[in-house]
Amino acid sequence: MANRTKPLRAFHILTGGSALLLLLLITFGTVLAVWSRASVQTGMGASDWAALRFTVWQGFVSATISVLVAIPAARALARRRFPGRQIMVTLLGAPFILPSIVAVLGILAVWGRSGYISEILAGFGGSRLDIYGFTGVVLAHVFFNIPLAIRLILQGWVSIPSEHFRLAAQLNMSSHDIHRQLERPMLRAIVPGAFMLVFLLCITSFAVALALGGGPKATTLEVAIYQALRFDFDLSKAALLALIQFGLCAGVATVSILVSSPAKFSVGLDRAPLRWDGREWWNRLFDRVILIAVALFLFTPLISILVKGVPPLLRLPAQVWPAASNSVIVALGSSVLAIVLALSLSFLIVRLSGRRRRTSQAMEALGFLTLAASPFVIGTGLFILINPFADPFALALPVTALINAAMSLPFALRIILPALVRAEGHYGRLADSIGMRGFSRFQLAIWPRIKRQVGFAAGLSAALSMGDLGVIALFAPPDISTLPLTMYRLMAAYQLEAAGGVALVLVSLSLFLFWLFDRGGRLEHHIR
Amino acid sequence: MSITLDSLVLRHGNFRLTADFVIEEGHKIALLGPSGGGKSTLLSAIAGFLKEDAGRIYYNNQDITDLPPADRPITLLFQDHNLFPHMSVEKNIALGIRPNLRLTTEEKLRVRDALARVGLKDHGKKMPSELSGGQQQRVALARALLRDKPVLCLDEPFAALGPALKREMLDLVAEIVDSTNTTLLMVTHDPDDAKYISDQTVLVAEGVARAPVDTAALFADPPEPLRRYLGIKKGA
Repeated sequence: MANRTKPLRAFHILTGGSALLLLLLITFGTVLAVWSRASVQTGMGASDWAALRFTVWQGFVSATISVLVAIPAARALARRRFPGRQIMVTLLGAPFILPSIVAVLGILAVWGRSGYISEILAGFGGSRLDIYGFTGVVLAHVFFNIPLAIRLILQGWVSIPSEHFRLAAQLNMSSHDIHRQLERPMLRAIVPGAFMLVFLLCITSFAVALALGGGPKATTLEVAIYQALRFDFDLSKAALLALIQFGLCAGVATVSILVSSPAKFSVGLDRAPLRWDGREWWNRLFDRVILIAVALFLFTPLISILVKGVPPLLRLPAQVWPAASNSVIVALGSSVLAIVLALSLSFLIVRLSGRRRRTSQAMEALGFLTLAASPFVIGTGLFILINPFADPFALALPVTALINAAMSLPFALRIILPALVRAEGHYGRLADSIGMRGFSRFQLAIWPRIKRQVGFAAGLSAALSMGDLGVIALFAPPDISTLPLTMYRLMAAYQLEAAGGVALVLVSLSLFLFWLFDRGGRLEHHIR
Repeated sequence: MSITLDSLVLRHGNFRLTADFVIEEGHKIALLGPSGGGKSTLLSAIAGFLKEDAGRIYYNNQDITDLPPADRPITLLFQDHNLFPHMSVEKNIALGIRPNLRLTTEEKLRVRDALARVGLKDHGKKMPSELSGGQQQRVALARALLRDKPVLCLDEPFAALGPALKREMLDLVAEIVDSTNTTLLMVTHDPDDAKYISDQTVLVAEGVARAPVDTAALFADPPEPLRRYLGIKKGA
């Protein structure tokens, strides 16, 4: 006895199939292109080894610190109720859509040579901080990933049924007992996956490593690929580095799939469960200290962006406006493409799940593949593929939009697919039983049930693309820019003040785009 | 008119249900049995939502085993999710005539008639969330009325209603199927429902759906599986 699914229509195979093909081309096709050009026989030079070592080491240290801070912070958020808790949980989502180059600027405003802390140290006659290099890269990665790690681990905490805590309270279990019986098994299931995800994000991040790293001692593989292509015009060296990076990412991704239980991005984080433990004064003090420290660490750079960004707004450099329009166009294009890809794949996955469960699951996994893909490996591959036919630099903006769409596909898929499964589960049978077909079935029965998630995913991918400083740096000729690239160019020229103004424009625009899409999805959809 | 279940087998893990009988036109038939016994499963298979593991289903002499749900001579009312929450009552009913909602003026009048027929004359512009549970199922009945299929299947759509309201809905169903000469197949776990509305009963228990028999006669002399379900001791 099997669920009789709707027939697979040619339309679904065509759209879903093309989406899948495009995805395979972007992920594996580019790797093959890279492979064909890599100078494998010369092997890795000393600088290549150094880049590999630095990439892995900074990723390891960043992930370790992020997770070690996140565990007690998540526990504090899980067992304390205080005014502002909900705002804090919401704000923990902010770094995810914060453009990384903006965050770098915020971190420099606090930790840099002329940052707040250096000013204070200098005031006491101490020496100023210098965070460029390893320290800066790790600091920025920790800044980005502590919130992510907290949210993942908090998810684990709130997934422990509140009945268990009620029972524990009745049995008079101490905080220590509760930790051993309830919390440690949960952490053992959640933490390895969280660690590997953060590690993966740290070794594929580019903007941070570009802006704060540099020099032979602090170059990641991504930055090395960029330099090989952009400054040495050495395609075979870039290809070799891209292969190493691909191998590293594939390895890490495989391990993280093996160690992680599938993370659920569900709602409900804003609700603290009733807890009866952890009321001793030292526990309360510890929770308070860790939360205040985390809040200070995360929110001062954010506030400084706002404070330092306003004054230069009145005299922004002229190149900001064409850059802003480029950014918006790329963001819109990439967001539309990501949604089309995610919807096509989701429909095919749902249609296949009834008859070919394995195929359907494999496709779902492929959809998440680009999470492990390095934008620079893809970029190098596309460069090699495009070069014989057209000038890659002339295609900087479309290529950026394409790669950004692929990079935000895992998130869009994770948001849209469950909504589609739910809509089909609740209303698909009804639609079928009264003979709704084709486009009117989608338009009348399914779309109103998923548009909210589609709007959210579209907003997210627009914001991610808007703030991306990655392949655009690789492809853009000097006369074409986006806002993040303009910021980076200003920062590289030590015009930090002007960069601050651009940062504020960038953040406002990407939040506006996010709001616009998200709001569009939330509008009441009533067919009266 | 008749529906023939020809050596039908439905499997799910360890669960197995067989059915091999004919349903004749114009009857009101209760599918009675314990929960988990396979009543809803059997109904889903007849309506085309589940694929059988063996056997065929015939309508009159036509093999309908491989037809999709909408092409079968059947309307099925589910326990819940019978209405699209984002569509007005009127539109939800209109789907029964045109699944793409492009109605002619004459068809719009038919929607209004159906609405009046289930006692919701002035509720057409409301959204489903503005209606009570019983009213929502009335809307679903109005749509079934317009679809005008020879067989109406109810998968306990009134299970969440109170006793008085449930009787009221069963009366409405009886009135509709009698006036349109529709055959009724109704899942229930409540013997009183079966006695109240059905003239025939299919007992679904212990892996077998038995051929329909006269409801009054069935309860007058319950077979062993029904005794066990009702909790009647042997000889009592």
